[in-house]
Amino acid sequence: MAFKQASVLPGFNLSFGYTIFYMSLIVLLPLTALVVKTSSLEWGQFWAIVSEERVVATYKVTFGASLLAAIINLFTGLLVAWVLVRYSFPGKRLIDALVDLPFALPTAVAGIALATIYAPNGWIGQWFAPGSVLGGLFGSEGLSLAFNPTGIVIALTFVTLPFVVRTVQPVLADIEQELEEAASSLGANRWQIFRLVILPILWPALLTGFSLAFARAIGEYGSVIFIAGNMPFKSEITPLMIISKLEQYDYVGATAIAVVMLGVSFLLLLAINGLQWWSARRLGRRN
Amino acid sequence: MAASLTVNRSQATTETRWVRYALTGLALAFITLFLIVPLIAVFAEALRQGWGLFLAAFTDPDALSAIRLTLITAAIAVPLNLVFGVAAAWTISRFQFRGRSVLTTLIDLPFAVSPVVAGLIYVLLFGAQGWFGPWLAEHDIKIIFAIPGIVLATVFVTFPFIARELIPLMEAQGSDEEQAALVLGASGWQTFWRVTLPNIKWGLLYGVILANARAMGEFGAVSVVSGHIRGMTNTIPLHVEILYNEYNFVGAFACASLLALLALVTLAVKSFIEWRSEKLAEEDRRHATEE
Repeated sequence: MAFKQASVLPGFNLSFGYTIFYMSLIVLLPLTALVVKTSSLEWGQFWAIVSEERVVATYKVTFGASLLAAIINLFTGLLVAWVLVRYSFPGKRLIDALVDLPFALPTAVAGIALATIYAPNGWIGQWFAPGSVLGGLFGSEGLSLAFNPTGIVIALTFVTLPFVVRTVQPVLADIEQELEEAASSLGANRWQIFRLVILPILWPALLTGFSLAFARAIGEYGSVIFIAGNMPFKSEITPLMIISKLEQYDYVGATAIAVVMLGVSFLLLLAINGLQWWSARRLGRRN
Repeated sequence: MAASLTVNRSQATTETRWVRYALTGLALAFITLFLIVPLIAVFAEALRQGWGLFLAAFTDPDALSAIRLTLITAAIAVPLNLVFGVAAAWTISRFQFRGRSVLTTLIDLPFAVSPVVAGLIYVLLFGAQGWFGPWLAEHDIKIIFAIPGIVLATVFVTFPFIARELIPLMEAQGSDEEQAALVLGASGWQTFWRVTLPNIKWGLLYGVILANARAMGEFGAVSVVSGHIRGMTNTIPLHVEILYNEYNFVGAFACASLLALLALVTLAVKSFIEWRSEKLAEEDRRHATEE
């Protein structure tokens, strides 16, 4: 096979050449620098850096909080998509537009806003503070929503909120009513129709949204650091670890941890591509 | 969007009224807690001590320099990625070649990389101990802890936005109109300016406003390369962080409210473009059925 199929359209060499040149300059060359820098380390040194106790604690916090936030969004994202597609209520268009707010609002702004309202004296945090109405349900200590791992989950839930909604929404809107009518005429109730007819159609979209949210949450920095409290071994996230190594001019340490994060990102990117391919194939077969 | 669905649903294909109310209520409660309250909080905190202090926050020279740097950064980063986005979309949507799908995946790569790692890679290239560090020092060029580093990091994080808006759009439109223009004797550039560009302008605008919002609001990547020199290498988000950590909450939220306003404008433009393309699609459908 030739490299390129013949076409009457001009400009392939120019646009292809520029695309490759610009991408190499901005993306590929810098990422290569990261890998080359790490390969100057011996395996033992590399392992010592990335398996240090405090660093391992950040993996647990980062992955745990990201997983939790993605799971929360799996449910709430489906709920929001469902309500937006199937029901009508005043202000629906506004809510629909607002779902993208986390994509448009700078992460630092989200971070200080969330830290302020979920702090023990904040608009929402005070309801869960010691001695308050809802706080009483959680014992005399109340429930602290900020400056601990719970705060990290809150920030990550905010940042990744649009993913599941936006992947599920178009699929849900495309489901033909006839499918549900057929199920209903065969005697299925609403819950059975949801579980056995609608949910199987939504699975690929749900999983794609879930993994997009998870991947984004792992790398997130700006919105988290204000609400996290950043206590070593308790509420430090991995990106913060890279920053604090850099601040101590420990470039080797920062690079080693960055390579671990990059590896995880690549694996997730592959998984997401696989999921999208799977869902496209499934949808293709149905039509 | 799906108005017809909600109106025309038979009893068999929708829930009872109470279930509908409960689900809508739950969804709205979640949206309120996680989206609306934080958004209101930004403006409420900024105005907590009145308009005087709010406005005073913008007369501070450091704040003004941060606003200027943010505008400069976006003014460089967005056009660079605009040219790339159009070139990449033209390559991928108009030609079949080996490695086409790999190229498409690679364009999305910066989205998968943590912003902090994005900043780090430029430190490794251009920092004092980086590959080009000694050469740059010799020629007295500063990239890291200076404006070029901030621009580079911003270009990296906004790299995919415009390309990924245009690729699906141009693939869906196909190249019939361009082929017709060429057959009628138009040159390549004439075809591009008079046929392709008018067809993709809304998608292009959509990509540009998304890239712009991210460029002006980027925090993690810029934070790594900026060095946080007040009045010199601070963008608005970094200035917000400094003020917040100094317990100057009114100042921090005042600057943050600028960015929140930008986000709201971005969402409004985005909704308008979506609404417009929906209307056009509807008209197309109507014409199709009339014929």
